[in-house]
Amino acid sequence: MEPFTDPTPFPEPAEPEYLLHLYITGATPNSTRAVRNIKDICEQYLKGRYELLIVDVYQQPELAQQEDLIGVPMLIKRRPGLVRRLVGDLTDHGRVLKALGVMPPANGQNGHE
Amino acid sequence: MQELTSLAAPVLPQLAKSPTGIEGLDEITEGGLPLGRPTLICGSAGCGKTLMGVEFLVRGIQNYNEPGVLMAFEETGAELAANVASLGFDLNDLQARQLLRLDHVHVDRSEIEETGEYDLDGLFIRLGYAIDSIGARRVVLDTIEALFSGFPNQGVLRSEIRRLFRWLKDKGVTTVITAERGEGTLTRQGLEEYVSDCVILLDNRVIDQITTRRLRVVKYRGSTHGTNEYPYIITEDGIAVVPVTSLRLEHSVSDQIDSTGIPALDEMFGRRGFYHGSSVLLTGTAGTAKTTLAAAFAQQVCKQGHRCLMFIFEESPQQLIRNMKSVGIDLAPLVAQGLLRIEASRPTLNGLERHLVTIHREVREFQPHAVVIDPISNLISVGNINEVRSMLTRLIDYLKVNNITALFTALVNTRTNQNEMTEEGVSSLVDTWISVRDLEGIGERNRGLSILKSRGMAHSNQVREFIVTEQGIELLDVVVGPTGIVTGASRLTQQLQEHAQHLATRQEVERRDRELERRRRVLEANIANLRTDFESVEEELRQINSEAETRQQTLLSDNRRIATATPPAAQAPAATPGEE
Repeated sequence: MEPFTDPTPFPEPAEPEYLLHLYITGATPNSTRAVRNIKDICEQYLKGRYELLIVDVYQQPELAQQEDLIGVPMLIKRRPGLVRRLVGDLTDHGRVLKALGVMPPANGQNGHE
Repeated sequence: MQELTSLAAPVLPQLAKSPTGIEGLDEITEGGLPLGRPTLICGSAGCGKTLMGVEFLVRGIQNYNEPGVLMAFEETGAELAANVASLGFDLNDLQARQLLRLDHVHVDRSEIEETGEYDLDGLFIRLGYAIDSIGARRVVLDTIEALFSGFPNQGVLRSEIRRLFRWLKDKGVTTVITAERGEGTLTRQGLEEYVSDCVILLDNRVIDQITTRRLRVVKYRGSTHGTNEYPYIITEDGIAVVPVTSLRLEHSVSDQIDSTGIPALDEMFGRRGFYHGSSVLLTGTAGTAKTTLAAAFAQQVCKQGHRCLMFIFEESPQQLIRNMKSVGIDLAPLVAQGLLRIEASRPTLNGLERHLVTIHREVREFQPHAVVIDPISNLISVGNINEVRSMLTRLIDYLKVNNITALFTALVNTRTNQNEMTEEGVSSLVDTWISVRDLEGIGERNRGLSILKSRGMAHSNQVREFIVTEQGIELLDVVVGPTGIVTGASRLTQQLQEHAQHLATRQEVERRDRELERRRRVLEANIANLRTDFESVEEELRQINSEAETRQQTLLSDNRRIATATPPAAQAPAATPGEE
């Protein structure tokens, strides 16, 4: 991704560290819960370092095939590192953080990828 | 769709069906799969489940103008397209024409992290979008069970799958769901619980090293259906299911006659040949010229300008042509004219079903007047007796329905005279049965031919000896000896004997004639003698008479002279001499 020709030494001003896409289906309980959960997590652990895009698949059904969606809500972590796909309403914060590669500060269980 | 509904509802509204377009399957299901409902196709690996699904879609597009969606959980679109390209299905072209949508659903457990409650709305939206975007009427979900490997939460999955089928039903699309067969259950994940309308089971089994694929309609709610296991094969044109028989014995019959190709054999039939469209069985032990008889028939058919199709399982076409030429049956020009087609294959090359389908296909394509299969008994090497019998039943039915004269040859066991499947299994199906056999006498073997049955016409009851000459087959006249019909050398002996006897009789007659002649001559000689005797006696007597007369005259004249000398007794000149 890093362009060789880019003269600026630090890329962070343009792009935040975390790029997250959340696909939901309208206003179902799962979807609303997922939106609330991801917002909480981001604000709590990734403040200022993330970009979150929430997509309602009902509005753009062609995305479902494009993104290979099956279970929803689906959170896709595009950056950093490997793309990870998290299905569910994100209630299990521990698993979400682990999958996102964010160290939960409270518990000492740090999972290496 | 509308036409279908109206078609299927003449009296009472019956279950509307969506024709699959798969050869034979629509006959078994009596019209196709339930329209607008899901159908489960289950089977073990290598049964052709995916292929059946794809063919259902492609035929729907090609034959019934119903666009379709294929949701593949195991193969990617490109893989699928490549796999079915060999069958002549161009999926890419259909996709470009907006008649088909392929959607590969990639399910990978390692990529998915469950973080809470979820549902499968994503799948619904994808499917719904795909269906709506091309107005699909048919949907295939190829092995939806793959989801079970990706999503550990079975409770969610099961309720979602149930909801999916319900939703598909509500959308009114005819759906085919494929599933892997499980141990003791129809499907590994028990999908049959959710799909209750129609379940088709595919089976792939190996018996005696020969694979047979079979299809069975396990259930079909709201409709009658064929309940048997039907063999099916995967051919170059897709799946072909072979219905046991589509025949209800109501085929039309012909009054025309097909000659056997051998004039003397024609003579043995009351109407000088076989009925057109009938089936003829020619059984015989090894080396009894069955093939030659069959070739003579084929030649005759072609000579009359009709097409004939020969399936041979023992020789190559060239070999057959060469061999037949040696007995005066020249098939090569007929092949060149396109009147005769010879298809040779080893029986073991294919399973029985494939043979059957090949024959069907060839017949459909070539439209022959007559079909010769030489020999059917060889097919037994690729199946057990029951299978061969059922296959032959289907074949005979098929040919009869199409009004094609069929001639089958079959080898029967020489020594034990144990009649193999051909006789007991097929003889009741055929209309005409000719038996050729060895007539073994003292130090030689001759061929005899007889007609065992011939439905619908009188036939000779004689066993006729025949010989294969350079001019073809010749039936010899019947020679009856002291112990019955004689053949071969004894026929010659008999003929010689008869000749000698005839000669002797003639000589005897001649001898008698001569004897008679002699006697006649003796008689005539005797008659001549007697006549001579008689004549001499007669002459003598006559002489005596004349002498007596002369004497009398003399006496009379003397008397007269005396009278004239003595005048008184004057007037009694000649009348009175007697009184004197």
